[in-house]
Amino acid sequence: MTSQTSSQGIRITDSVAENITRVEELAYELKVEEVMTAQLKIFSPDDQMNDVYETFRDARISGAPVVENNIVIGVISMEDLMKCLKSVDLEAPVSKYMSRLPVTVRGSEPVVEALKLFVTTKHGRLPVVNDQGELIGIITKGDVTSGLLRALQRSYQEEELRRYRASHLFEDINSDRTSLILRYHIKPRDFTHGGTASSNIKRALLRLGANQIIARRCGIAAYEAEMNLIIHSNHGGVIRVEIEPHQITMRATDDGPGIKDIKLAMKPGYSTASEEIRELGFGAGMGLVNISRCVDSMKLDSTWGKGTVLEMRINLPASQSGSDSP
Amino acid sequence: MNLNFIIQSLDLKVLTEMKNFDLIVPSGGYTSDLLSCVMANAPRQGIWVTLQAHMNIVAVAALLELSAVIITEGAMPEEATIAKANHEGITLLSTPLPSFYIVGKLWEMGIRNQ
Repeated sequence: MTSQTSSQGIRITDSVAENITRVEELAYELKVEEVMTAQLKIFSPDDQMNDVYETFRDARISGAPVVENNIVIGVISMEDLMKCLKSVDLEAPVSKYMSRLPVTVRGSEPVVEALKLFVTTKHGRLPVVNDQGELIGIITKGDVTSGLLRALQRSYQEEELRRYRASHLFEDINSDRTSLILRYHIKPRDFTHGGTASSNIKRALLRLGANQIIARRCGIAAYEAEMNLIIHSNHGGVIRVEIEPHQITMRATDDGPGIKDIKLAMKPGYSTASEEIRELGFGAGMGLVNISRCVDSMKLDSTWGKGTVLEMRINLPASQSGSDSP
Repeated sequence: MNLNFIIQSLDLKVLTEMKNFDLIVPSGGYTSDLLSCVMANAPRQGIWVTLQAHMNIVAVAALLELSAVIITEGAMPEEATIAKANHEGITLLSTPLPSFYIVGKLWEMGIRNQ
């Protein structure tokens, strides 16, 4: 993993590109010593360039530190070797061709520090030292790339594992009736966060192993209920989602103003939303209609001046709660 | 019909982060400025044409997992809306042309709502 070709061998695919922000995080989390090459070839300043030539060829590396009395005094690279070869000077000492006073990086520093040094110094490799200044390894851009990809792979597997565990939640717990309850507080007229609770509900369901169609139906119903609370309620309200192995029950509750005529409210196209709210694209009078289309049963209880309780239920087929979902 | 071709042909401005639009193939299309209608009828992975540009179009597009939103008649979403779209992975596109024209062109390209 020391050679630069290893970094060129890794193709950045789209899925990797989407993970760039995660990569940035990892560059801060990972330590240089976690991605560096620890078993390395070193040279003394008195070694011949011929040794460098043979080592580079046999070990397939393109650079190595030059060490004297445990201290890194330089770096010898393929570029230096080529200069030497051009002058047909293979018997010269390493000290004649090496770059002196190398920039080093500490093993305990985050990888991002090495990345910064690659950019500012234009060096392709950096010797890694411990806190005492002793050489412990070498790091190349290729090491960073493969180290980050390994870490990304690891965190992806951890996420898969978390997802797997979540989707088996109900199987592992024995009780006469097991359920998971999620609660979301919705503020009135908070259009900026409109849809946040429903997105979170949908995401939670997918995590728990619900299939795409069930999650979409719940997401749409929850969105309409959430927007109703935002648009119409006096003081906001609460969406409570109860997830059980056989069904999902969502209940949106508020303390007013209540619905004057439930039958009319259920009529497609009927809305009491203000002109201002309609201009935002709400108040189509389709919210409750959409909900009834998405859920298996709904119950709307409302008293004018008191408040509204909307209960929505979606049945889960036997395989929905477990591992059989996609 | 991939999104890159649609963006090029209709000269749409990409407001959100660039992606490999060649790989995004909208499953169909839908147009309305009423969010509940969109909720009810826009196909998953579809493309939505609207002149709404406020924050909530992102929530709708994210919930429906739409492949892109084309905002027409030059309506401009706020920075926060674009940021949220990026966060949710939703592509926002802009055009000065009216919805009617854009939908007509998409239909010519073979985009349908089955």
